[in-house]
Amino acid sequence: MKKSNQRPIWQKTLLGTATSVAMASVGVMGMAATASAEESFKVGFVTFLSGGASGPFGVPAAQGADIVIKAINEGSLPAPYNTKGVNGLTLESVVVDEAGGPTKQVEEYRNLVQRQDVNAVIGYISSGDCLAIGPVAEEMKMFTIAFDCGTSRLFQEIEDPQYMFRTGLDAVADNVGAARYLAETRPDAVRIAGIQQNYAWGQDSWQDFTLAMEQLMPEAEIVNNQTPQLFQGSYSTEISALQTQRPDIVHSSMWGGDMESFTAQANVRGLLSQATAILTTGESGLHRFDGQAPNGTILGGRGPFGGFMPENDLSEWFTEAYIAEHGTPPSYPASKAAQAVLALKFAADNSGTDGVPSSEQLAEALKGAEFESVSGTVRMALAGGHQALQPMSYGEYHFEDGEAELRNVRSYPGECVSAPDGYNAQQWIKEGFPGVDCN
Amino acid sequence: MLTVWAILIDGFIYASWLFLVAAGLTVIYGVMRILNMAHGSLYALGAYAAASALGWYYAGGGDQLIMAFVIIAASAIMVGALTGLVIERGLLRLMYGRDEVLMLIVTFAVLLILEDVIKLIWGTTPYSAYQPYAAMGRINIDVLTVSGYDLMVLAVSLVIGVGLWFWLERTKVGKILRSIIHDREVSEAMGVNVRRMFTITFMIGATLGAIAGGITAPIISVVPGLGVEVIVMAFAVVVTGGLGSITGAAVGAVIVGLARATSIHTMPELELFIIYAVMATVLIFRPNGLFGQVIARKI
Repeated sequence: MKKSNQRPIWQKTLLGTATSVAMASVGVMGMAATASAEESFKVGFVTFLSGGASGPFGVPAAQGADIVIKAINEGSLPAPYNTKGVNGLTLESVVVDEAGGPTKQVEEYRNLVQRQDVNAVIGYISSGDCLAIGPVAEEMKMFTIAFDCGTSRLFQEIEDPQYMFRTGLDAVADNVGAARYLAETRPDAVRIAGIQQNYAWGQDSWQDFTLAMEQLMPEAEIVNNQTPQLFQGSYSTEISALQTQRPDIVHSSMWGGDMESFTAQANVRGLLSQATAILTTGESGLHRFDGQAPNGTILGGRGPFGGFMPENDLSEWFTEAYIAEHGTPPSYPASKAAQAVLALKFAADNSGTDGVPSSEQLAEALKGAEFESVSGTVRMALAGGHQALQPMSYGEYHFEDGEAELRNVRSYPGECVSAPDGYNAQQWIKEGFPGVDCN
Repeated sequence: MLTVWAILIDGFIYASWLFLVAAGLTVIYGVMRILNMAHGSLYALGAYAAASALGWYYAGGGDQLIMAFVIIAASAIMVGALTGLVIERGLLRLMYGRDEVLMLIVTFAVLLILEDVIKLIWGTTPYSAYQPYAAMGRINIDVLTVSGYDLMVLAVSLVIGVGLWFWLERTKVGKILRSIIHDREVSEAMGVNVRRMFTITFMIGATLGAIAGGITAPIISVVPGLGVEVIVMAFAVVVTGGLGSITGAAVGAVIVGLARATSIHTMPELELFIIYAVMATVLIFRPNGLFGQVIARKI
């Protein structure tokens, strides 16, 4: 059992209990005991605290955000964020569980804005939740940052966004990046197969990947795609079906426990010695595979996050702080949550006002801006300045002497993997990536 | 031809796992007429207990495969029997004789409670204990491979199936249980301690659920919500085979397993649909399932 090697079970029990209780429904973290409403800035933080997405994504994201919020309030962040608080105000967060589906999340969002009186909202891992929240954020005129969700439709469905932002990349970038990595490192691969969770994320990812492969590796043949149920756990039959198709490459957008289970089972069954797996969210398993993935398995981290973070003062500080607190390096969800909180501090500090900035002032400060983060310099250059444009990285998993690392890492500029404004992402791929710049 | 072999092998392996999951559910319903929604949580408890115990064993330097199996069995049996005893004595005993629908709702409440209890004890981080699965290696059939661990699950499932049949058909306790299934009131009149038999049955059913979880733990990442996913599939199997019938659960598992394997190998996008299509088709022609018995209502 990999996780329990790091902490004794009683510690896990206490931590799990503390996390569940402290973060349940309406928890408060990073709040100074003496802070009054006038001297604090209240942010709603929405992430999965229960259900299958909580362990690999939701809780690490909450932990990543918590570390940055505490450091902001202590004034202990590296430059350029080494001033105390956000715009001089204590940052207080109200944590909400993202479980329950879009309808519940819209209720929770309204509750955060109208009853909890938050000044901003950060959150949303699920694309379904993001799509539901986007129009509500615009309607309620509340400054909102989506930190993780990957749907490329977020800003297609909001005409002229004013208050909704996303500080990470969408799933199109994941899959165009994956195709580019294969074209460069596995140009001789011919038979391409896939396995995706059977819902919008998996279906969209496979569509984007296969469209990109048609452009970048036209000789390659798509031989099979498996679509197991979300949280299925056992993939014995799917692995057999993939083996009978004799693929060279197996693409998967599966995430969390599903991704880890599939990798371990496919490794034991020999599929991963017959074919190379490319896992678009595989970075979250970098320090959990423990050798259960063969060396050479290609991992993505949904951008320059987690193990793909570039070396800079912020990423080094964040990695050290996260290891000190949780005993393991931050995975990409933790890094993405940290980035969203840094974006909030950037917007508040640059709002040009005293006291609590309004949603309009925050939006004006972040729109089209460039800010420093754990993933390097982030340019809010897409969706009219509301969506981050960042590089996409892939690398090969390597495990030796109990240590995991990424090798043969390749990074593609944002303009190389993301559709420019004015293009539907799928149309952009089908037309051969017009306006692309990979240099 | 390779695909046909793959369908047969995968179908029977999946069917064996389905039978393990569904056996406890159908035993409890057959004897007690309780549709135990909490069965999914007992499966999850077994999985968490086995994953934790295996974690301790391997972290302590253990590397004996046979010991790993002893640990899986011991941890799952302990947690299943104990939890079953607590649920039956602490809750269900107070409600016997109530409507089946009410009992279903009560056990659904237990499922929700146990899901949160699991989170309080084990947190939300996935647990994995792949060592036994990896240690059993694989068998190669051309390009196809079969996991040794999966074959072991198939063998365990056969042993449990035969054991249950023997217990119900060839032992004194089994005969008593069958008399209760046939007519509870007459059994009581003949001196059978029905309440005690209910306790034993529920503990055995709960233990079977936990064993299914424990055996599955080395294959999967053990995550919150595991039990909820499983209970739906278990219901599909027992409803197809006929609620309360061990033979029905076995036949239902084989039908569903083969149908699913055929779909995955030929039309993967229909994987989910095919399971429920099989169930619906069976219920159209046999509303009580393949081996279900029509029970006359007593007035």
